[in-house]
Amino acid sequence: MGSAELLQFAVAGLKNGSIYALVALGFTLVFGSTGIINFAQGEFFMLGGMLAVFFVKLGLPLPLAVVAGVLATAVVGLAFERVALRPRRDSGPLALIIITIGGSMVLRSLSRHAFGGNELSLPAFTEGASIVVAGAAIERQALWVWGLTIVAVAGLSWLYSKTRFGRSMRACSLSHEASRLMGIDTARIVMVSFGLAAVLGALAGVVVAPLTQTSFNVGARIGLKGFAAAILGGLGNPIAAVVGGLALGLVESMSIAFISSTYKDVIALVLLLVVLFVRPEGILGRATREKV
Amino acid sequence: MSESLLKVEGLCAGYGRVPVIRDVSLSVAAGEVVTLIGANGAGKSTLLKAISGLIKPTAGTVIFDGLDVTGTPPERLVRQGLALVPEGRMLFGPMSVHENLLLGGHTQTPEGVRGALERVHTLFPVLAERSSQAAATLSGGEQQMLAVGRALMSSPRLLLLDEPSLGLAPKVIADIFAVLDGLRAEGLAILLVEQDARLALRHSDRGLVMRAGHVALEGTASELISNDDIRLIYLGAWHGEE
Ligand SMILES: Nc1ncnc2c1ncn2[C@@H]1O[C@H](COP(=O)(O)OP(=O)(O)OP(=O)(O)O)[C@@H](O)[C@H]1O
Ligand SMILES: [Mg+2]
Repeated sequence: MGSAELLQFAVAGLKNGSIYALVALGFTLVFGSTGIINFAQGEFFMLGGMLAVFFVKLGLPLPLAVVAGVLATAVVGLAFERVALRPRRDSGPLALIIITIGGSMVLRSLSRHAFGGNELSLPAFTEGASIVVAGAAIERQALWVWGLTIVAVAGLSWLYSKTRFGRSMRACSLSHEASRLMGIDTARIVMVSFGLAAVLGALAGVVVAPLTQTSFNVGARIGLKGFAAAILGGLGNPIAAVVGGLALGLVESMSIAFISSTYKDVIALVLLLVVLFVRPEGILGRATREKV
Repeated sequence: MSESLLKVEGLCAGYGRVPVIRDVSLSVAAGEVVTLIGANGAGKSTLLKAISGLIKPTAGTVIFDGLDVTGTPPERLVRQGLALVPEGRMLFGPMSVHENLLLGGHTQTPEGVRGALERVHTLFPVLAERSSQAAATLSGGEQQMLAVGRALMSSPRLLLLDEPSLGLAPKVIADIFAVLDGLRAEGLAILLVEQDARLALRHSDRGLVMRAGHVALEGTASELISNDDIRLIYLGAWHGEE
């Protein structure tokens, strides 16, 4: 295989990896504030794309439709937490996880009823031919994928480490009881983390829709990939989720290059199992969570 | 005694369906230090949790500063001036000393945080030295100082303290009680739970003895220290007079 070809696979891997990273960040945020895995995370991805298409059809200009799609998904995320999860928050993590699975089914079938069962497409954010770098073609939309991923990760890192709200989120991820004693409204933190997770998922969904098309049932597959990426990274911090996502994207892409595209989806699962076996705490995870 | 800052009447609470404390009544006046003593499992921590809102009482009332705050969640009570240093400290282990203190001041304005930080650093200079160190890596004594300092960041009028001396060396315990004496002199009201009853009573105005979920006995600190039953049961390990 030539170097241009290899580069082409690397570009594809980093593109998919960025999408996985955004979805993984959503898992990480919700896990941080609640300790549960939100299996509806993939549906936020689906809703972002579908709602953006819907707003374009309504006649909104593309940039506005994209923003509206992301914001509308955020509202869904906030409402999901408030309506479906908060009333049962004392029922224990297993019950809550099952609610998220149920929620994902509800969102999927609502989307099918509202937007139909067909594949839909969204125009590329920037028109024009692919850019050729060292023999590898890079779609303009891929630049949007990377750009938005970088902005989202930087924004989230800043929020996490530099703001009062981010500090409360980290406190919440360590102990709800102690956080409440500090005066932190943990219920609000949990709700906002669902909103932010929805924003990240939707962002991934809209930015990738011009490349792959979208439909009511794209959530489950991407949810699995994002979950694998989050676990690979260690469910710890935003950077870990991004590393997990990029690693997964690259491994997938290289397995297509060197093995066969038939096994692309299996690779994610195998990689996940290997990591869980060899390094249960993830690539960047701490061996045990420090608690006082 | 003047008007009480905290007044608890007929309080019952527990976990799930299991009642732990029953019909507990007590009061703490502004600036007063009251010690709760009692055997392991008597319900001291449960009482503090029920007062601070961490668990919801099943009956009875908690009046703080003239307002009925029964069942008010802790995130609201801390704004009203009631702070709890919980059993086991509950520090944010991976976060720095400084961040733990900032979290303690979560309810305060930026100016309020600055003032409170200065005060806590004056009370516990070691916390200023260890500002950027992760809380989990502090020594036991330093962790307890951080737990108290963090609670003080909310500028409370009543501090609930659950076993601040647990597992600490006598010298460190003396340091912590010296700070508590200072706070008492400044007029902070304290409700203190202690295993070392004699030590705690020496630093208190009054004391209560809990037994099997209710208050079995109460009196001034000196009355309790000289009470024969108390001597026998709770001060038994102590010999000699200072
Ligand atoms: N989270 C909980 N869930 C169920 N039962 C609990 C819980 N915490 C305490 N208990 C029970 O409540 C009773 C009183 O416990 P509590 O912690 O209030 O006692 P304590 O007086 O603080 O004891 P210690 O001196 O050992 O700290 C005990 O029987 C204990 O087993
Ligand atoms: Mg206790």
